[in-house]
Amino acid sequence: MAEPVVLLEGVRKSYGDTVVTEVLKGVDLRVDRGEFAALVGPSGSGKSTLLNLLGLLDRPTSGRLAIAGEDTAGLDDAGLTRLRGHAIGFVFQFHHLLPGLSAAENVMMPMIAREGRTSRAMIPRAVALLDRVGLEGRADARPSALSGGQQQRVAIARALALGPPLVLADEPTGNLDTKTADQIFDVLREFNRELGVAFLIVTHDPRLAARCDRTIDLVDGAIVSDRPRIAEGAAPQR
Amino acid sequence: MPISWFLALRFLREGRMQSVLIVAGVSVGVAVMVFLSALIDGLQSSLVAQTLGTQAHVVVRPPDEVARPLRRPEAGVAVAARVEQTAQRARSIVGWQQVVVTLAAMPGVTAVSPVVSGPAVALRGNATRAVVLYGVDPDRFARIYPVRQRMVAGRFDPTSTSCVIGRELAVDLGVVVGDRVRLAPVGGAGDVYLVAGVFDLGNREVNRRWVVVSMRGAQTMLDLVGGVSSVDLRVREIFAADAVAADVTARTGLVADSWMKTNAQLLVALRSQASSSQMIQFFVILAVAMGIASVLVVSVVQKGKEIGILRAMGTARGTVLRVFLLQGALVGLAGSVLGTALGAGLGAGFAAAARNADGSPTFPITVSLALVARSAGVAFLTGVLAATLPARRAARLDPAVAIRNG
Ligand SMILES: Nc1ncnc2c1ncn2[C@@H]1O[C@H](COP(=O)(O)OP(=O)(O)OP(=O)(O)O)[C@@H](O)[C@H]1O
Ligand SMILES: [Mg+2]
Repeated sequence: MAEPVVLLEGVRKSYGDTVVTEVLKGVDLRVDRGEFAALVGPSGSGKSTLLNLLGLLDRPTSGRLAIAGEDTAGLDDAGLTRLRGHAIGFVFQFHHLLPGLSAAENVMMPMIAREGRTSRAMIPRAVALLDRVGLEGRADARPSALSGGQQQRVAIARALALGPPLVLADEPTGNLDTKTADQIFDVLREFNRELGVAFLIVTHDPRLAARCDRTIDLVDGAIVSDRPRIAEGAAPQR
Repeated sequence: MPISWFLALRFLREGRMQSVLIVAGVSVGVAVMVFLSALIDGLQSSLVAQTLGTQAHVVVRPPDEVARPLRRPEAGVAVAARVEQTAQRARSIVGWQQVVVTLAAMPGVTAVSPVVSGPAVALRGNATRAVVLYGVDPDRFARIYPVRQRMVAGRFDPTSTSCVIGRELAVDLGVVVGDRVRLAPVGGAGDVYLVAGVFDLGNREVNRRWVVVSMRGAQTMLDLVGGVSSVDLRVREIFAADAVAADVTARTGLVADSWMKTNAQLLVALRSQASSSQMIQFFVILAVAMGIASVLVVSVVQKGKEIGILRAMGTARGTVLRVFLLQGALVGLAGSVLGTALGAGLGAGFAAAARNADGSPTFPITVSLALVARSAGVAFLTGVLAATLPARRAARLDPAVAIRNG
């Protein structure tokens, strides 16, 4: 097997200069290609903080962090931006689409960021991705004209625009009703099965966590349990 | 399309109302600049043209006579004396033919006209008028004053038997072309002259006082046979008249007065007008810059979350910076295009409204290409500069914080 998409060794993160709060207290974590893992834990335990570190939006205070086999310690801001662009897709609780752009343009955004310019070839690729998340014919719609579930589908299509090996999702269904949440979860699962993209999904919903192949439990800044799901039919993809 | 252009245009389109308002604000600012500049330029050049219609750019005359007491004070000897200054009498420029040649050869001098002038009276029937007699060479004189273009009757043909007078004097004396008037030195008999033409130089005082005859005629009447009392000059660059005058004095030892010295007050007025207009323009630009900056600062705050998302999706810091700089530049550019059009329109409207009784514009308002280019450039630069602060702020945003606070 190739190198893991995520490799954390003794990662610590604290905030504040005078009053220092240590949010992550030595986290070791390995996520391989094609995994579908849930990150659970009580509120304030540091899940979002951990995801921000994995997403290279923030730097650890200490410890080793490698994404897609690349150690991040030696990277400057431009290097982090580049690695983030090609290795990581994001899905947030609030879809965070750009309201001034159409659905297709939102999906194209990571492609535009990587190429440094727009191009015609991006449009059919964006439309195809929108089709795959079940948004046929809505390519020109503004986010404000879409329902919450549809907006989250656009956000998923955008996260997968560059075919990253890893997608980080922070409560992607936290804002949706149960039925819509299930549908969104199905979309994520499909991409995981068909493209082998690794997913790390923060969720408060035990029902959804149970549908993942692996559950990582973070309490008070430390991983207290990390176990594979008890298979109900299909074997976990490890 | 480059990513920064794509995002800048989308952001501007998204904040439609804001964009329209700020472009309108910039347009009004630029229009004020263009209109004010065109107005002041037009006003000033017309004032200067009016002044110089009846004044030579430089007048060269002999040095004033000063009384030189015969007894000089000696050391140890007290002298009770009062030095009586002489009254200035008509005097000629010594060797004026040579002076005219010298002046004509000077760089920056485009026309030279020797003049014999002095006080006289014009009489017809019971009417008597004090006038200034000008004895001139018609062709040389016409190169200094636009008299040939300003004839209202007859021809500009002064000789030693015919004179050319101004419109007001013709009315005062009740004469028309072809009539005769008597011209006499103060306290003398004088001669009868035919009125060959009547001019209107646009200045009542000049029209009432000037009587133009040939040099020979004036020389006889003013007792200056063979001499001239002054030499009029026209210079190439009117605001260099002072320098030319100084040069003339240095070369000939004669007194040379430029129009700038004679009209010092007018010049002070012109300069303070120009500087107050510049000050107004400066504050207009400042207001425009603050308008653009404040709109963009608000936009950066509003878009903090989106900027964070863009950064999370691999958009470089520099791109974010350029997106906001471009917005400022585009707003400045759009505002300058609309503003110059508006300013030029205002100017044309003003010129059409402010007309003389005869329908000619009171003064020309010309929106020059240079003025348009300058205003557009200033607006563009203002936009970019005003955008730097918000743009740097946007680029510095921490994506993790921006997203969490979303
Ligand atoms: N920038 C920051 N500065 C200071 N403290 C922070 C910062 N970011 C997070 N924290 C603190 O770190 C702790 C963990 O926050 P985090 O958002 O990671 O929790 P979480 O597990 O995602 O919680 P939730 O389930 O409610 O989203 C919290 O106590 C929070 O106040
Ligand atoms: Mg969280």
